[in-house]
Amino acid sequence: MAEAVAPSGRRVLAWAQEYGVYAAVGVLLLFNVLFTPHFLDVANFRTQLVQVAPIVIVSLGMALVIGTQGIDLSVGSVMALAAALVALYLGYGAWPALLVALVGGAVSGTAGGALVAYVGVQPIVATLALLVGVRGLANVLVPQLVEFRNPDLIALGSSSLYGVPVIVVIAAVLTLLMAFVVRRTTFGRQVVAIGGNRAASELSGLPVRRVLLLVYVVSGVLAALAGVLATARLQASDPTSLGLFIELSAITAVVVGGTPLSGGRIRVLSTVMGALLMQLLSATLIKHNLPQSWTQIVQAVIILAAVYATRERGTR
Amino acid sequence: MLEARQISKRFPGVVALDGVSLALFPGEVHALVGENGAGKSTLIKVFTGVHRPDGGELIYNGSPVAFGTPLDAQRAGISTIYQEVNLVPMMSVARNLMLGREPRGRLGVIDTAAMYREAERILAGYGVVTDVRRPLRTLGMGVQQMVALARAVAIDARVVIMDEPTSSLEPREVETLFSVIGKLKDDGIAVVYVSHRLDELYEVCDRVTVLRDGRVAHTGPLAGLERLKLISLMLGRDLDEVKSGGLTRFSRDRRRARERDGAPPAVRAEGLTRRQVLRGVDVSVWPGEVVGLGGLLGAGRSETAKAIVGALPLDAGRVLVAGLPLRTGSTTAAVRAGVALLPEDRKAEGIIPELSVRENIALAALPSLSRAGVVSDAKIDKVVEVFMRRLRIKAASPHQPVQELSGGNQQKVLLARWLAIRPKILLLDEPTRGIDVGAKAEVQALVDELAEEGLGVLLISSDLEELVEGADRILVLREGAVVGELSGDDVTEDKIMASIAERGAESDG
Repeated sequence: MAEAVAPSGRRVLAWAQEYGVYAAVGVLLLFNVLFTPHFLDVANFRTQLVQVAPIVIVSLGMALVIGTQGIDLSVGSVMALAAALVALYLGYGAWPALLVALVGGAVSGTAGGALVAYVGVQPIVATLALLVGVRGLANVLVPQLVEFRNPDLIALGSSSLYGVPVIVVIAAVLTLLMAFVVRRTTFGRQVVAIGGNRAASELSGLPVRRVLLLVYVVSGVLAALAGVLATARLQASDPTSLGLFIELSAITAVVVGGTPLSGGRIRVLSTVMGALLMQLLSATLIKHNLPQSWTQIVQAVIILAAVYATRERGTR
Repeated sequence: MLEARQISKRFPGVVALDGVSLALFPGEVHALVGENGAGKSTLIKVFTGVHRPDGGELIYNGSPVAFGTPLDAQRAGISTIYQEVNLVPMMSVARNLMLGREPRGRLGVIDTAAMYREAERILAGYGVVTDVRRPLRTLGMGVQQMVALARAVAIDARVVIMDEPTSSLEPREVETLFSVIGKLKDDGIAVVYVSHRLDELYEVCDRVTVLRDGRVAHTGPLAGLERLKLISLMLGRDLDEVKSGGLTRFSRDRRRARERDGAPPAVRAEGLTRRQVLRGVDVSVWPGEVVGLGGLLGAGRSETAKAIVGALPLDAGRVLVAGLPLRTGSTTAAVRAGVALLPEDRKAEGIIPELSVRENIALAALPSLSRAGVVSDAKIDKVVEVFMRRLRIKAASPHQPVQELSGGNQQKVLLARWLAIRPKILLLDEPTRGIDVGAKAEVQALVDELAEEGLGVLLISSDLEELVEGADRILVLREGAVVGELSGDDVTEDKIMASIAERGAESDG
């Protein structure tokens, strides 16, 4: 195997698996500080972080699902559903509307989780059905873009806490919470164990199906929250296009962060770094007047590199 | 034909092979033995191109070779049959057998009819008559192993390496295997035979190489080498010590009538029934008792154990733990009630390979090692430390991934996982299969000790000796039903075999 051929090469690879994404973010930051004018402006940082926050929140749930060898394609549609529900229930106030949206996310997650855990449908199929169905439902509820003027909701999207946008604070808090859940709670450890070997987990008396169901519920709720926050920032509910393709961004963040698709390992902080890396990358290329297509090509290369690194680990 | 010269191989923290030399001649069956962790698997992997040696060289047909990949080795004519069958379970038997060399018709399309005919012909040579169109996974493990062997030989192998080939075979299949090995010998093919079963070694092998701690402890003809001497070489222990300890580590004087009055059995299974698998199996195990399950492969032993923990859906039957009925079909409920199953297939159903030793041990006991859903590192560390020491688990650290440990140590990790929940009853399905003599003795001694402490143990083993020496009472299964019960002085290998055979004759007639 590789370690016999080139021990040093292997060590580099092992290092890249662990910290590669951090290093990449660092390198990109350094590059921008040196070569991009106005990069260190506070306004620029704020924009970047606010843009990436919904992706981060969705990625956290995605990381959990992928840790169980699953995948959740429905997140973008759940965001749209949340946007629609918020618009419909805003009459009762911002907070009740938020609650209804989160419940909607939980219901969608329960549906997906139940299909996966109890019926035995493959995650990609179950959540693909939801991807289509939930988007449709959202569009039925709110067929076109609806603007709103609820001050609480607008504040959620645009106010700041000690200079940091509330959206970013929420994403940061959720990240820490998720890291704690994965590392230190029985639920988190059980999720990882089930992803590592489901049969063994079952024989060890783990409540496998319940844990799986819960994983999809968490993903649904997080997606709904991201949907509400994105809606609040837009100051308009847009179920037709909100969250389109965000599942791909989230999967990318998880994969680039070094969480293997084969399950059994969840890297929360690295997932966030993965999301940041992708955001920073496209921002950098845009600032240097390179077309969007270049960003996509570079992103593809990074995804491949990340998958290559995690693959080596698996074949040991 | 194939020769290893001073092969060395290091892994992070371990020297797996240290100057190992081994020469293999055409037409010989060479036994490779040693404890787990002695370096057998690593040596095999060097032969088959999975690992590259750090030092030394491989000589094949007179010239040095370096296999970069397993495929190189295979092309050169070195075939391996691994412990765990490496085939494609969903594909048909014929497909598996012919994979990569399917007969082609016009346009390069696979000629399925020819493929099936060819597959049937090949398998018949191994005494296997089956529908080759069926997916491989629907066949028994024994037949699957035969397909693997047939496949290995069919690709023009000059050297065949067999790693524990008989571990899942029935006696009849073992005979077939041995006759196939005889044929290979006649064809001038060299066979490396790895097994923990000494009887087999003496039956088929010509020469033996004993590995211990990555070095060659002995190499020479097998005939004339005393059995106990061989064991002492493997263990690196004194001959006298081995003699006085006997072959298994069960203490014979433990067997005695248990106090049963009043107390309910630790576990009682009533009328376990599942179509085509179990036909009304009743089993009771009292605290402090070791009950053996005897019978041939496929008699329903593993299925009985799985049914008790709720991992096998049942058509009828119920399980009581300490007199209280268990919710059926829920392993969670069973584990909570203190029923633990050490599964037969360690890799697929036991370990979580990527997780650390520590996390593997703590897995089942997590709820009791946490407060309000938050795990307590301190509590886990304590439990892990206690069991790593008690079971003498050899690992670089508790944080080492469990997949890096030897089979014997993995098994100990699984035992630790169960002991951590303080079980009332332990179901052991082939607890010493595929682990080295040393670990085997330790596991057996542990079973003894646990029973002394009042644990009920259900022991499943294909090793009759182990069953006889370990169990107080033996239930013999046949075709999913209990056909005999032996206790006291009746617990002997002869009586078990007689019980299986007698009932067999009856049902035939």
